[in-house]
Amino acid sequence: MNLTLRIWRQTGPETKGRMVTYQVEDISPDMSFLEMLDVLNERLTLAGEEPVAFDHDCREGICGMCGMMINGNAHGPQRGTTACQLHMRQFTDGDTIDIEPWRARAFPVVKDLVVNRNAFDQIIAGGGFVTVPTGSAPEAHAAPVAKADADAAFESAACIGCGACVAACPNGSGMLFAAAKVTQLSLLPQGQPERYTRVVGMVDAHDEAGFGGCTNAGECTVVCPKGIPLHTIGRLNRDYLAATAKNTARS
Amino acid sequence: MAVTGLVLVLFLVAHMLGNLKIFTGAEDFNHYAHWLRDLGTPLLPYGWYLWLQRGALLVALAAHIWAATMLALRARSARPVRYAHRKKVQGSYAARTMRWGGVIIALFVIYHILDLTTGHLNPIGDPTRPQANVVADFAPERWYVTLFYTLAVVALGFHLRHGAYSALRSLGQQTPQGERRARGLALVFAVALSVGYLVVPFAVLLGLVR
Ligand code: HEM
Ligand code: SF4
Ligand code: FES
Repeated sequence: MNLTLRIWRQTGPETKGRMVTYQVEDISPDMSFLEMLDVLNERLTLAGEEPVAFDHDCREGICGMCGMMINGNAHGPQRGTTACQLHMRQFTDGDTIDIEPWRARAFPVVKDLVVNRNAFDQIIAGGGFVTVPTGSAPEAHAAPVAKADADAAFESAACIGCGACVAACPNGSGMLFAAAKVTQLSLLPQGQPERYTRVVGMVDAHDEAGFGGCTNAGECTVVCPKGIPLHTIGRLNRDYLAATAKNTARS
Repeated sequence: MAVTGLVLVLFLVAHMLGNLKIFTGAEDFNHYAHWLRDLGTPLLPYGWYLWLQRGALLVALAAHIWAATMLALRARSARPVRYAHRKKVQGSYAARTMRWGGVIIALFVIYHILDLTTGHLNPIGDPTRPQANVVADFAPERWYVTLFYTLAVVALGFHLRHGAYSALRSLGQQTPQGERRARGLALVFAVALSVGYLVVPFAVLLGLVR
């Protein structure tokens, strides 16, 4: 396949970037999207040019590093798939593909397609943890969990923190990420002691990091590679309402 | 957003039911309009209840628009650099048109008050004959009024579909079954309300109400 790529190039956090056009030839439909970028980068390197910087690590859809906007779609056109797991057979010979970094105030561009997602760590630090005694592991049967709760918690735990939800959201909101974490922990017995301080802490950290407010637009869940459902946000809202009603929020 | 929206929803339901009185005759409709002003007497002087309600609606609307503006400003500052290439809508169309839809509805509400409440833009504009005002409004030769009215009500239908769904979520709807129910409920509600508002002008247009 021969393709035209238009890629966002930006040399550093403070510099101005722009879209640059490249041609790539002889791309195999069996390559992954990142391998296609590797081919481009090899050619750029040989020509003495600066290769396109992009984040990646596992290349198997579990680490959450590889996010990029592909033709206006977070992680590209295939649903439930990270950019690293996307294959070139999703495109046709002669296509023009626009590649941009996530756009959000909370995710500043580091270089080219690489953004800094530390803001997600701030949300986690706001309450996305449980307190456990260290030492011996507790007896597993001592804390029974209903099957339905275990399944729902597991579904939410699949979030890989990639940031696609923020990138696609018309409000630039990180609520789906926060809701996935809140849901996972508030459904399990281990998450109960901090349940109501957690939700307030995480929402506060979310707002402070400069994310926008959620209006349930639902773009996030469409692009989420792990299919985190939108109703997790309802669970977050309910815990939040309960927390503010109980006024145990700020101690 | 959800709470102020729900106050407006309550008003919209009552207002639609009241409008449907036009099908039981001019007499009834005019009596209903009079009753609105009479409501609460003798506890309240004549017309006071209506003013209380108008005040409450205005507060709800102002709070609603304030909250929407805050959300829009936050959204703007959350994405300082726009995408060069953006897929238009992947979620719901109604959700993506809440802001412009809301502005269109607000403009319509202003026009609507000047038309049928104060009578300034109505061909008859006689406050003692509300039924005649309505009939004159949607007369066939004033088709553009009916057209504008229809567009505004359709915009309202979209606004309510996402609004009701979103409000249920804001108030804690949290399961997959609940989500399906909320979607269905919002759709049925939005369609029912739009139809309820549209039958009046179309009945006048077709000469069923005169
Ligand atoms: C400048 C004007 C307006 C703007 C910008 C606006 C914006 C919005 C937004 C953004 C929502 C969604 C809230 C959410 O997603 O949680 C909403 C909901 C709603 N709006 Fe408006 N709106 C406006 C005017 C109106 C008017 C004039 C009415 C009725 C006469 C109205 C009735 C409603 C209702 C019933 C809801 C649903 C309840 C809710 O979700 O809060 N709006 N509006
Ligand atoms: S919720 Fe989905 S899109 Fe958002 S960070 Fe988690 S995995 Fe990525
Ligand atoms: S590189 Fe790990 S998820 Fe794509």
